[in-house]
Amino acid sequence: MKAVNPDHIVFKYLRKNKKFPHIFCPGCGHGTILGALIRAIDELDIDKNSISMVSGIGCSSRAPVYVDFNTLHTLHGRAIAFATGMKLANPKQKVIVITGDGDATAIGGNHFIHACRRNIDMTIVVFNNSIYGMTGGQYSPTTPVGAVAATAKYGNIERPFDVCDLAIGAGASYVARGTAFNPKALINLFVGALKKKGLSIVEAISQCPTSYGRKNYFKSVIDMLDWQKNHSVDIRAWDKLPKEKREGKFKVGLFVDRDFPEYIEEYDKIHKASLKGGK
Amino acid sequence: MAKKSKNVRKLFLQGNQACAMAAIDAGCKFFGGYPITPSTEIAEILSIELPKVGGTFIQMEDELGSICSCIGASIAGKKSMTSTSGPGFSLMQEGIGYACITETPVVIVNVMRGGPSTGLPTSPSQGDVQQARWGSHGDHEMIVLSASNVEECYYSTIRAFNLSEKYRTPVVLLLDEVVAHMRQNVILPDPKTVKPYERKHPSVPPDWYEPYATKKLIPVLANFGEGYRYHITGLVHDEKGFPTSVTSEIFKFKERLKNKITHNTKDISIVELHNCEKAEIVILSYGCVVLSVMEAIRKAGRKKNIGPDKVGMIKLDTLWPFPDKELNKIIDDISKHAKTIIVAEMNSGQIYREVERVNRGRLKIDSIFQNNGQLISPETVYKKILGALS
Repeated sequence: MKAVNPDHIVFKYLRKNKKFPHIFCPGCGHGTILGALIRAIDELDIDKNSISMVSGIGCSSRAPVYVDFNTLHTLHGRAIAFATGMKLANPKQKVIVITGDGDATAIGGNHFIHACRRNIDMTIVVFNNSIYGMTGGQYSPTTPVGAVAATAKYGNIERPFDVCDLAIGAGASYVARGTAFNPKALINLFVGALKKKGLSIVEAISQCPTSYGRKNYFKSVIDMLDWQKNHSVDIRAWDKLPKEKREGKFKVGLFVDRDFPEYIEEYDKIHKASLKGGK
Repeated sequence: MAKKSKNVRKLFLQGNQACAMAAIDAGCKFFGGYPITPSTEIAEILSIELPKVGGTFIQMEDELGSICSCIGASIAGKKSMTSTSGPGFSLMQEGIGYACITETPVVIVNVMRGGPSTGLPTSPSQGDVQQARWGSHGDHEMIVLSASNVEECYYSTIRAFNLSEKYRTPVVLLLDEVVAHMRQNVILPDPKTVKPYERKHPSVPPDWYEPYATKKLIPVLANFGEGYRYHITGLVHDEKGFPTSVTSEIFKFKERLKNKITHNTKDISIVELHNCEKAEIVILSYGCVVLSVMEAIRKAGRKKNIGPDKVGMIKLDTLWPFPDKELNKIIDDISKHAKTIIVAEMNSGQIYREVERVNRGRLKIDSIFQNNGQLISPETVYKKILGALS
């Protein structure tokens, strides 16, 4: 038996007093994404005490309970609103929101777009598995047309959101997408997002073998990861790809990295100026 | 109530202004809100005043976001408040439940207007009294305060902050359109003499820390960022803060959550009596209705055939937890000379039912229920008094 390596990153960031095992199903992509996130945090050497990780409700939102930060598991869809208050109250904190596709773009869609517009310095990670996994596989705003779900037995009719396009349109400073298939690329995107001053969003494509894969003719988890591999196209290659070859595929990589005035800095500036200016 | 001091403030204010001033004096450093009549003045004033004291104001995208931003700010260590009215208060219910289960201090001011739904945006009502108690799903205790004039808006707001911080629970302050918009001459204390309650900090090192230990009724929760890395969740949790489904742990947690309020009703409940010593008729009211009741009592007192002692008033400053013990004792005392309690409120009897329950048939109970967007007039109360005396 191999000796345990006490310096492994898992022991540095996972909670020793949390009752494991975790709730993620075998083959779930969420653990991979969380692993990439803590590696990015480790790379940047951010003080654990200064990190506040805020999540909503759903499978992805259970991730913070396992990691050794200040962790807040909130209400369905409202993680970003909680995070907004938290960051404004103590701007020294590094605030990271963990949310899912349903949490961020259905019930929390309003908070999501307004956070992008407001541009408060924090990072939102959307674990997108295209399904409501925790409640047993109902279709979400990112379920593809035609996919089968517990509430779309005859195939989903609704057109899905592109989470990144939504974030770009709403004005986020940093928008990127990666996959659970390629955690190394994800780590780099997370590093960029965490370093960015302003609102950064990383959409991480995840797989849900239990609630999505089984119903949609994926024979195994490997099949699902293969799908991510074969359908994701790096942004740099995407532009050169002829239109017919883009069909059914999606872009990955860093989409926008732009500078807008950060909310808290502006707040301080404006109020300092007005207080100096007398009445 | 204001102590003698050079810096007492003699002002002409409306209730919403007094409420906003009290928030600043109580140490409020965060306000997240959404515009809604008739509460908007509170947000407007705090958007001006909070930056002056190093606080933060933000106008959120809706009331769901407002209450959640306040809870987030409170967990990060800032005293937080939001203000709203009926439709927004309905949206805030999920956040109020979250603040209950996570034991996060937050103050919610609901300036009641006519309902249901969009109802009567610029008219008074007391229709949200039971909603304030039971509005959020699941069984839980609530602290709900009331105010019947502009000066009370100030003191009740201070109290709301203090109780919220002390018991680590959301506190709802129910105002109504009349007290919120009415202007009165008031004397407010020197802000330096206001002694706000400051929340406790852990006295053990992080390794020893158990955020939700059941040894104490009220937990000592560290602010996020202070070095105590722990987990807060809206799921029922164990002493460490992690989700649990173990029956014994659920029981302990829920008992403590209930008992921290119900074992402290003596500190929380305030019931004021006026002219009840020899009264034959006692009128029970709260909020703006108190103004009309006082006027009707004065009018009755001037009548030679009635006299100054016959009609008294019970004023509820704490609506929830309902002051069972206090009211029970009051009814015991006054039943020696009183025959009737008249409950006057601007709804269909939301407090009446509670009074009926506590009264247990000792006194005759009569009522004035009016819910048409108009303040119950002194004349209406006076006529009721005459009817009850005849």
